[in-house]
Amino acid sequence: MLILLSLLASFSLFSLMAVGGAVTLIPEMHYYVVESHHWMTGQEFAALFAIAQAAPGPNVLVVSLIGWKVAGLAGALVATVGMCGPSSLLCYYVARLWQRFHASPWRRAIERGLAPLTIGLVAGSAMLMSEAANQHPSGWLLCAASTLLAWRTRINPLWLLAGGALLGLSGWL
Amino acid sequence: MNPTLIIPSRRQLFVGFFSIGLSGFGGVLPLAHRMLVQQRRWLSEEEFTELLGLGQILPGPNIVNMSIAIGARFHGVAGAGLAVAGLMLAPLVIVLGMAVLYDHYRNLPDVQGTLHGLASAAAGLLLAMVLRMGEKIERHPLALLMAMLTFIAVGILRWPLLPVLLLLGPVSIWLAHRRQRQGGERC
Repeated sequence: MLILLSLLASFSLFSLMAVGGAVTLIPEMHYYVVESHHWMTGQEFAALFAIAQAAPGPNVLVVSLIGWKVAGLAGALVATVGMCGPSSLLCYYVARLWQRFHASPWRRAIERGLAPLTIGLVAGSAMLMSEAANQHPSGWLLCAASTLLAWRTRINPLWLLAGGALLGLSGWL
Repeated sequence: MNPTLIIPSRRQLFVGFFSIGLSGFGGVLPLAHRMLVQQRRWLSEEEFTELLGLGQILPGPNIVNMSIAIGARFHGVAGAGLAVAGLMLAPLVIVLGMAVLYDHYRNLPDVQGTLHGLASAAAGLLLAMVLRMGEKIERHPLALLMAMLTFIAVGILRWPLLPVLLLLGPVSIWLAHRRQRQGGERC
């Protein structure tokens, strides 16, 4: 019960800090579940992130997996509700004022001001996940190939994930 | 309201977001755009852009925020609830099913290898996301500085996110506002 309350409180706070989506929270979530509470290893965290990427639906589902790993089905639901609840309530009320706020120069300033922060946060997340996921030079090589293909071509990311999984299965890593 | 636009019923809201949730991999937004604007015609292009701006400016997962705003626009609280439930329900069941399988088989060497490969490729997708965002970032020294400072604080120094946001957020927004006034931009 105490764990569920901790999950709910933490993810509710994360919800209001998620500037630019759930992906920006990876370092914060990693600190909370891996470094501070030792609920899982860094490699398990990376595996859960990868599973969430390979499943359909919004990226925010990584949160459900983390909750599930910590406290089973109840943990998954609590973490998901915590992550989506506060931000959704805020969004519901702001949406009603949005028409008025929409034309304000401050709106553009907030968008423009937050964009660089989002990139910085996603870069931090990407660095952390690369370090957690790539155990050997071959892993870094696969990671670099996946980066280049996803960045430079219009290939469906699922193919990249499937290719990575197959290479891993073949024992190449 | 534009006469060619369609107002969805509550059931259509749920079913529409259900299909968005099921078909998006590693990012649901482009798909949501195609469905909401082109196929089902619930929103005009302008309305979509406006709601996307709302989703991006507020904290929380963008697509969840968008589904709340769209559901609320058509059917208030019930609409918002139905849209989010539709979006999350099926993916949640699938991802938890995958997690159960992972837990069951994760000690098999083959599964460990597979997940290693999967995790490396997934990390690559994140890095590619950074590069794509970097191409679109405003080429202003102050914007670049803000991105660097955020990365150093959270990625390298591993500072907690909350103080970093509370410190850099307002500064970055104020700088952006000043740039706008200097540029004499009209919004």
